[in-house]
Amino acid sequence: MEIIRVENLQKEFGELGVLKGISFSLHEGEVLSIIGPSGSGKSTLLRCLTQLEEIDGGSITVCDYPMVTTDENNTVHYSDPKTLQAIRLKLGLVFQSFNLFPHMSVLRDIVEPQTHVLKRTKAEATEVARKLLKKMGLSEKEDAYPCHLSGGQQQRVSIARALALNPTVLCFDEPTSALDPELTMEILKVIKELAHEKMTMIVVTHEMNFARDISDRVIFMDDGLIAEEGDPKELFTNPKNPRTKRFLTRYE
Amino acid sequence: MLAGTFTSLKIFFLTLIFSLPLGLLVAKGRMSKNKLISTTVNIYIMIMRGTPLILQLIFVYFAPYYLFGASYDRFTAVIVGFVINYAAYFAEIYRGGIQSIEVGQYEASHVLGFSKVHTFTHIVFPQVLKRIIPALGNEVITLIKDTALAQTIGVAELFRVAQNAAARQFSTMPIFIAGIFYFVMNAIVSRSFDHIEKRLDYYH
Repeated sequence: MEIIRVENLQKEFGELGVLKGISFSLHEGEVLSIIGPSGSGKSTLLRCLTQLEEIDGGSITVCDYPMVTTDENNTVHYSDPKTLQAIRLKLGLVFQSFNLFPHMSVLRDIVEPQTHVLKRTKAEATEVARKLLKKMGLSEKEDAYPCHLSGGQQQRVSIARALALNPTVLCFDEPTSALDPELTMEILKVIKELAHEKMTMIVVTHEMNFARDISDRVIFMDDGLIAEEGDPKELFTNPKNPRTKRFLTRYE
Repeated sequence: MLAGTFTSLKIFFLTLIFSLPLGLLVAKGRMSKNKLISTTVNIYIMIMRGTPLILQLIFVYFAPYYLFGASYDRFTAVIVGFVINYAAYFAEIYRGGIQSIEVGQYEASHVLGFSKVHTFTHIVFPQVLKRIIPALGNEVITLIKDTALAQTIGVAELFRVAQNAAARQFSTMPIFIAGIFYFVMNAIVSRSFDHIEKRLDYYH
């Protein structure tokens, strides 16, 4: 089943074109990695999907809900707020800088979105949160505040927080870029486990080996366009596009 | 002198009760994307911070009389004058606090599906409060001492009462005693703020 469909997506920041016509689709259970040089538009693409940026052209469809379309006069039409909220909850996002709420304990941070947004009871939400914390190996940390946690622990809490809302797709925006190599491994392990459980994911990353190991498909972006897309083994060992080739040689 | 102290305290508390929420509203107006609103609010803040409070009190009390021939209660005028002045200062403190919150906090709230109101009341404002407590403390301490200005339009607060007593008794003693009153009130205020700061110290 197709979960996300993006067609001819365009995004500009002032005069600067950041996304110049991106089209791809994502299927249920698929892990898609997006790689490419800094400034190629990877993060912006994720931010357009998660409605943190408004697009300037093209269309996005999530689980058959039209999120945004563009008519023949190039006018962009976003869906009504209710549909947008429904779509928002289908996509979880894990940030590079975690973005936990510093004034909330780990448990409350995971409980509050469930009770406020999904209207779960506090008991229900707490149960979900504890289950996820256990899965993340953070059971003893439920009363801790983010300032007392390592970067890796904070990122695991933020993954638990996103998962608590049962998203259809979990998006990762360079989830390990703020972490040292040891903590990076810690997070990659968690994402790998989710991949084994057939969680549908989009991972923007600079960890090439990781992208090759866990992805079903890889997109290489350059200068606001998809330069190459395909099977990870194929793309990493035998890239077709010279730009991909040049980029990947730096990682060997 | 007790009656004077009571009047001073009444000015103090009424000013806080009205100007703290009003300041938040003013801050929101100052940060508004609507140019007309933000410019208007900015001019208001400039006038409030750019002219002496004593002058503002006189204006608030006498302007309605000269404009409409209507006069009103002196004490009410004092409260109005203090509230609109302090709201401007509080607004700038709130604004500094609100603008210091990382954009990531808003983005996380947005992605989690929180409404704008919930994001402000539950995510942003609690963090703002912690950051602005020291600056608020400063302003509140100043307010205690500023209540002495109420006598400008004839409200007998603590300092006026003390001055009158000093004149009657040919002694500066009552004024010193008034000083002790102000000092004690402010000691309580600073203690309270220290306490709030400690209460909010469970994270950083």
